[in-house]
Amino acid sequence: MTTASDNATRAGYFGPYGGQYVPETLMAALEQLSAEYDKAMGDPGFRGDLDRCYREIAGRPSELYFCRRLTEALGGAKIYLKREDMNHTGAHKINNTLGQALLTLRMGKKRVIAETGAGQHGVATAMAAAVFGLDCDVYMGTEDIRRQSLNVFRMRLMGARVIGVSSGQCTLKDALNEAMRDWMGSVEHTHYIIGTVAGPHPFPAMVREFQSCIGREARKQMLSAEGRLPDLIVACVGGGSNAAGIFAPMIADASVRMIGVEAGGRSLNLGDHAASLSLGRPGVLHGSLSYILQDADGQTADVHSVSAGLDYPGVGPELAYWKDIGRVGYTTCGDDEAIDAVVTLSRAEGIIPALESAHAVAEAIKQAPKMKKGQILLVNLSGRGDKDCNEIASILERKGVKI
Amino acid sequence: MNDLKTNRLVQAFAELRAAGKKTLVPFLTAGYPDLAGTRAMLEDFEARGVRVAELGIPFSDPIADGPVIQSSYTEVLASGQRTDQVLEMVREYREGGGKLGLAAMVSYSIVFRHGVQRFLDQCSQAGVDAVLIPDLPLNEAGEVEKLARSRGLANVMLIAPTTQPPRRLEIARHSTGFVYYVSIAGITGERDRLSEATLAAVAELRTHVDLPICVGFGVSNPATVAEVCRVADGAIVGSAIVHRIQQHKDLPPAELAARIGAFVSELLAPVL
Repeated sequence: MTTASDNATRAGYFGPYGGQYVPETLMAALEQLSAEYDKAMGDPGFRGDLDRCYREIAGRPSELYFCRRLTEALGGAKIYLKREDMNHTGAHKINNTLGQALLTLRMGKKRVIAETGAGQHGVATAMAAAVFGLDCDVYMGTEDIRRQSLNVFRMRLMGARVIGVSSGQCTLKDALNEAMRDWMGSVEHTHYIIGTVAGPHPFPAMVREFQSCIGREARKQMLSAEGRLPDLIVACVGGGSNAAGIFAPMIADASVRMIGVEAGGRSLNLGDHAASLSLGRPGVLHGSLSYILQDADGQTADVHSVSAGLDYPGVGPELAYWKDIGRVGYTTCGDDEAIDAVVTLSRAEGIIPALESAHAVAEAIKQAPKMKKGQILLVNLSGRGDKDCNEIASILERKGVKI
Repeated sequence: MNDLKTNRLVQAFAELRAAGKKTLVPFLTAGYPDLAGTRAMLEDFEARGVRVAELGIPFSDPIADGPVIQSSYTEVLASGQRTDQVLEMVREYREGGGKLGLAAMVSYSIVFRHGVQRFLDQCSQAGVDAVLIPDLPLNEAGEVEKLARSRGLANVMLIAPTTQPPRRLEIARHSTGFVYYVSIAGITGERDRLSEATLAAVAELRTHVDLPICVGFGVSNPATVAEVCRVADGAIVGSAIVHRIQQHKDLPPAELAARIGAFVSELLAPVL
């Protein structure tokens, strides 16, 4: 076994997790990317460009919103939402694609590829490619193409090619495999914009950094609205990018409790959920060592979630590290609870959350009444639910719920 | 420390070199179409003059593999076969007198889950001669390198066209058994011919490296085998063989082995 002490001090590791478990063909590109990223982060010009992109393209800062009616209805902690759903293209994913698109230009590459589950990362990549004049191919499982058809259209409208992937379960993991295979053959002129804090080093640290604008803004906004930091932050976790983005800037603030919510799916039996941190164990998938869902032989397990963006058998290595050191707690939310949370938030606040984000909302609805009045609960509302409306409508109809 | 000199794969390459010969390294998906078929093919290949073969252990997410090998893996896993049964088949092949040098190509996902030490123990006890872990690059390979050697197992490492020259030599220094030169930046699959640049790169590597060099990815017919063997010690053929197995997978093991063996004989012709 590779032990924590073996890996703890190595670059690209978070405790024992992380690393670069990829074919040799990709190593040169990862080295080039690491070097360019390090250079860019030390370059005030790059940071200035990125800040301007955040402001002018993404529409940042995103608002911090107090849920008055939901708070009153639950009778506990004050509930705030970090409104990543109000970003251009409808989710937090844009924070990362803008950063990586700028790096692509710096590396002189002309083409970007991406994997997408819910389609939000694909849309954000297609948008960035359109803004900067890059060719763009997005890999997407055919099952996700079915349940996220609006996002497929949006990508195509912005000039991206959407390539259907019909291997495995035809979802996010399979799209990631196919994007990796593309990159193996195109690495000289193509940058692969991984959409989450998973994958080989430097992706986990780099994507977390690009997403940290969420937590940095939220920290400042919380201090100005309440004069103090939240008591609890809740975020949904698929690969973990929105959670890492809101957690990281407050991870050193010991008074702030944090909960990541994974997809509990249909049941907690292997194959029915996507709760890698809650129910998986350390393993290697897609370039890094982290918690994953697999069988005793090391074959990746089937996963399920009503939310295409959480439907993934792995998770970012830094989130695994936060679990082991006890800094972040992880729990699950089932498909049905997520759907209920969509309805609740829509009616209480006029905000339709993405199915992914609804997992965090559901946990907030459970936690708030257990907290004291005057305590503060911050939810990362990572995306909006427009893309899910057809899917939600058909689920509610099947359940016999009249809207 | 266990000595690699008694390793079957190392010996096979030493004997070939002493005889001034090059070789073909056929790749089989372990258990495709079934384990009896794989074993029959290994025995048939050996009778035709093959010395070393590569055995691909099916994995659910093989990102370095093209559609042919991928779909064979998917089919084998769907049948319920797992790595333990592959190693059991190797054990039986050895008990039956099988003498090929066998390199097991296996994802680090599987190795890690079994436990590195335990997995390498199982391999060496079953009669595997080398491991080849395509998703374990030099930077992460230290532990496997050390533990494999102490069990008398070779650890075959890969060099890609994108690998910078100083790193190529470092990989070759750490590799044992042979070093695998990946002919193209991309995934496995059949290609009609290899580029001059590939052959030149292997020839250049040859001048610095004494370890046997085998070239794989895209080597698919007798002509490419001959081309590769002008500069390398061996040519690895995978997708072209697995593709033919796919076409004849409903035949009984002996007939399948004869059919695939005939193709392997064609591939061997330039180097026998």
